[in-house]
Amino acid sequence: MNFNNARLIFIFLLLLTGCSGGESESRVDSGNRDGVFHFGNHAEPQGLDPHIVTGIPEHHILTALFEGLVLKNPYTLDIEPGVAESWDISADGLTYTFRLRENTSWSNGDVLTAEDFRWSWQRALSPILGSEYSYMYYPIENAEAYNSGQMSDFSQVGVTVLDEHTLQVKLHSPTPYFLQLLDHYSMFPVHRATLEAFGSASDRLTAWAQEGNIVTNGAFVLTEWQINSHVRVEKSPLYWDAEEVDLKAIVFYPTENLVTEERMFRDRQLHRTAEIPLDKIFTYQQEQLEVTKIAPWIGSYFYMFNTTRAPLNDVRVRKALAMSIDRTLIAETVTQGVYSSSTALVPPGTLGYQPPQLFTYDPEKAVELLAEAGYPNGDGFPAFDFLYNTNEDHRKIAVAIQQMWMKTLNITVNLVNQEWKVYLDSHNNMNYDVARRGWIGDYVDPYTFLGMYITDGGNNKTGFSNARYDEIILHEAPAELDKDKRFALYYEAETILLENMPILPIFTYQFKHLYQTSVKGMPNNIMDYYNYKYVSLDPEG
Amino acid sequence: MTSESGSIGSINTALEMPRGTSLWEDGWHRLRKNKLAMFGFFYLLLLILICLVTPWIAPYGYEEQNLRLGAVPPTAEHWLGTDTFGRDMLTRILYGGRISLMVGFIATAVALVIGVTYGAIAGYAGGKIDNAMMRLVDIFYALPYMIFIILLMVVFGRNLLLLFLAIGAVEWLVMARIVRGQIQSLRQQEYVEAAISLGLSPLTIIFKHLMPNALGPVIVYTTLTIPNVMLLEAFLSFLGLGIQPPQSSWGVLISYGVETMEEYPWLLIFPGLALTTTLFALNFLGDGLRDALDPKASRD
Amino acid sequence: MWRFIGFRFLQAIPVILAVITVTFFLVRAAPGGPFDQEKAVSDQVRAALEARYQLDLPMHEQYFSYLEDLFRGDMGPSFYYPGRTVNDLIFQGLPITAELGFYALVIALVIGCLAGVLAALKPNTAQDYVPMSVAMIGICMPSFLLGPLLVLIFGIWLDLLPVSGWGNSAGDKILPSITLGAMTAAYIARLSRSGMLEVLNQDYMRTARAKGLPEYVVVIKHALRGGLLPVVSYLGPAFAALLSGSFVVETVFQIPGLGRFYIQAAFNRDYTMILGTTVFLSTLIVFFNLLSDIVAAWLNPRLRYQFRK
Repeated sequence: MNFNNARLIFIFLLLLTGCSGGESESRVDSGNRDGVFHFGNHAEPQGLDPHIVTGIPEHHILTALFEGLVLKNPYTLDIEPGVAESWDISADGLTYTFRLRENTSWSNGDVLTAEDFRWSWQRALSPILGSEYSYMYYPIENAEAYNSGQMSDFSQVGVTVLDEHTLQVKLHSPTPYFLQLLDHYSMFPVHRATLEAFGSASDRLTAWAQEGNIVTNGAFVLTEWQINSHVRVEKSPLYWDAEEVDLKAIVFYPTENLVTEERMFRDRQLHRTAEIPLDKIFTYQQEQLEVTKIAPWIGSYFYMFNTTRAPLNDVRVRKALAMSIDRTLIAETVTQGVYSSSTALVPPGTLGYQPPQLFTYDPEKAVELLAEAGYPNGDGFPAFDFLYNTNEDHRKIAVAIQQMWMKTLNITVNLVNQEWKVYLDSHNNMNYDVARRGWIGDYVDPYTFLGMYITDGGNNKTGFSNARYDEIILHEAPAELDKDKRFALYYEAETILLENMPILPIFTYQFKHLYQTSVKGMPNNIMDYYNYKYVSLDPEG
Repeated sequence: MTSESGSIGSINTALEMPRGTSLWEDGWHRLRKNKLAMFGFFYLLLLILICLVTPWIAPYGYEEQNLRLGAVPPTAEHWLGTDTFGRDMLTRILYGGRISLMVGFIATAVALVIGVTYGAIAGYAGGKIDNAMMRLVDIFYALPYMIFIILLMVVFGRNLLLLFLAIGAVEWLVMARIVRGQIQSLRQQEYVEAAISLGLSPLTIIFKHLMPNALGPVIVYTTLTIPNVMLLEAFLSFLGLGIQPPQSSWGVLISYGVETMEEYPWLLIFPGLALTTTLFALNFLGDGLRDALDPKASRD
Repeated sequence: MWRFIGFRFLQAIPVILAVITVTFFLVRAAPGGPFDQEKAVSDQVRAALEARYQLDLPMHEQYFSYLEDLFRGDMGPSFYYPGRTVNDLIFQGLPITAELGFYALVIALVIGCLAGVLAALKPNTAQDYVPMSVAMIGICMPSFLLGPLLVLIFGIWLDLLPVSGWGNSAGDKILPSITLGAMTAAYIARLSRSGMLEVLNQDYMRTARAKGLPEYVVVIKHALRGGLLPVVSYLGPAFAALLSGSFVVETVFQIPGLGRFYIQAAFNRDYTMILGTTVFLSTLIVFFNLLSDIVAAWLNPRLRYQFRK
């Protein structure tokens, strides 16, 4: 019986295998030799139209295909010339004049001009396109008015072509991080003739950005795109700085399943992974520290309170909950040193900004506060729901915190997980008591975090509203040219926020990747930013 | 197992009360002689008993954490080791069993009652009624299950009863198809035609004459459904419909165990063993029941 | 017989229409829309998006315009992948999933029937217990466990087979096919064993044996037909379940098939894609159920007679 079965399976396997050869070379080894980088990219890109997409996987591909006016140095995050070879900033910080390179072109050979940028930006801001990242343009004069349809004349927007290779941009207030925004894919140029060949440029459903159609201006060109399988880009000979590009090609894989991704890495199919499963971190740190990259990321992991619901409408209750979490213990055990404990919204060291620290882990104080709020020893404290979206890391952290709250405060917390879209729906309609939230900065400036909590802001959803806070965030800080004074204003705003505590800071994110030792030129930086020009593969590694 | 056979049994006994219950008595006698089946029966009985008294015998609290301890392999203090939170695995498996057995038995019972009734009616009625009923099954089968579950959650909120309904709501479909196929082929046999010509009511014919002959595949499929249901529960918990931490079930424990099978194999092996042994016991009992209740065997 | 088949084909139309209708309204009732994401979307952007996908029209207009398009064979644009149509995506994933499902079904049938029949021939001996125990473990073993386990053993420890992919390197189709087929094989083994046992006890089998026919002739000519009947009625749903259930296997092995689209579409609230895959799948289910009914009829002489009438 068993013998029969075994023989059958064997025959079937032979059929499936065909005539399989001997040991074949791993993808990593052949990649090292040929300069082909195999990139674990977490998910299938929604698309490759830079004005439409919103995710990190798309970001990794788009920065290979396109280039904005400037680039960043991956070691220092300093701004470097991109399409613009130089620029001037007026003394009031409001006018930027970019001088574009004359030797830069599109992948089809067309010359890239200042008009390409003006046209692309007009397209990105056109109301009917519905670009979800259009707010990146809002520092530009009248950009918001044009985008929301209040103004229909784009010549009123602060973008002017001075000559074929000179572009002038006027801002409505000095925005010290404006140059950083130019490196975000939402501000990349797109090729007008290509877009118009496939339909209306302001229609998001055309096929211009697909394999065989897309025209780009970056260091790489798209050569293959098989959905849910891989995206392959190859070095562009027409790129202005092609000499500096070492890689011959990059292949991006949608590695949704973390366990599989880690195994692909171990099987030498990937040079880089998007993640490391939490439970594997300890092993890697013990045995293969050299391939493990874990470092601070510009992201905040926190819980938000629905301050319109009892008993969470009492700031003493919120503070008690915040003070009874031993963040360091969780960071060391549950999350294996990934995520570092945080007591503020803005991650520390954001271009020199240090957030205020208003509280520490203090279980006794927490019990006292809860008693002051009318719940001595947790008596009579109504159970509340804690909402998180389905995810292993979130679950683990929530389970540990639930237990700490129960132990320290003697209160009942029901964990509730919801599938992502259901969670978003509950969040958007403020249909929750306490909910998990994460926020990754779009650029390195405290504003990308603090801007969330203005009164009725789309990302606020806690019921928090403070006039002084709004005043600082919307008017005083943007108008301030001096960096120290501006940071002092942000410090004041964040202090107000944390005193009222509509959010409960838990951790600062750390990114976690595995890299083969042959990978060079991908240093850690808080943006987890890569500039593929700097990347090379060591054929010996 | 007991609950499903119970549900068929109660229908049957209700129907044939005036004329005695010889088939079931014979069955019990024969079942008692089948050692494997009795082993399965007592194993399950023991399991149910343990689950009932778990709160009094569990060595630790199922939510009790020891973060500094973390995951350790079996030791004298923790017979089955601990998970990454330092929680005692034996305790968690015991408590998980309560949920899993409950989900497994009740949801399968729901599926069985609906599926058997529906399939039997369709198979017996035949013709247009059968056709219409089976096309309805096709429709249910084709609906996107996940959206259906997400909606259920919204409409009814989250509770365990709902979980049973959701699971029963899918599992009955296959059961209905199987029963209907059996009844349809039995319906053509001489003894049924004889029963019809005697003027017996369709209900009596279905449940007294047809169902006992169709029991074999039904019992087999039922014993297959129970583990399936226990695992389905883990998926529903993932969607937010099932149980919530710190509570757990075998299915949920196994799905967590899979992710750490290399680092902490005991987190997968022990819940896996719990589920597998239960399944074996169920199957022994199921096979025994099928043989014992086989009406043809009773004539020998 | 042909009338019966034709009739059933006609019946498929209202079934599929009902599935479309229910699904259409079901997905729109589910909380969370296609454009909800982590960072809030401004009202004007949302309005622009809804206008582009015609979500601003009254529900019945959306419904009828969808039906109209569908009738012309156009399943609409994907809500999640801008610039791609549902038709493109389905026809990209389908051949892969169909191939995977086919291998899995063949594995399941061959192994399952063989194990079940052999076990039934010598009940309560080692020839029964061994394959049936393996089958039981197979049932216990969900694909989210079996897949990673097989990869660990054959991909990592023994380093014999690739850990992921489909058609990219030699032998990468083996593990996914086995993973997907295992549970079905186990079910088939159980069903065929019990079906065979039933039949082997029947009077006509005794008659056949009494005639002095060799055992294998008895088994193959007389017992198999009736004994495998339960397997046949299970096959229709089984193949449909293989296709829709291939999601886990496709994710574990990074296979770009339809199953991943089917589940991802639900998570992304990609309305047109959910509808497209569901319509597609319901057609398959109806078709395979019909097929298994026909085969069941062919195997069961009494029913066959009924069809001839």
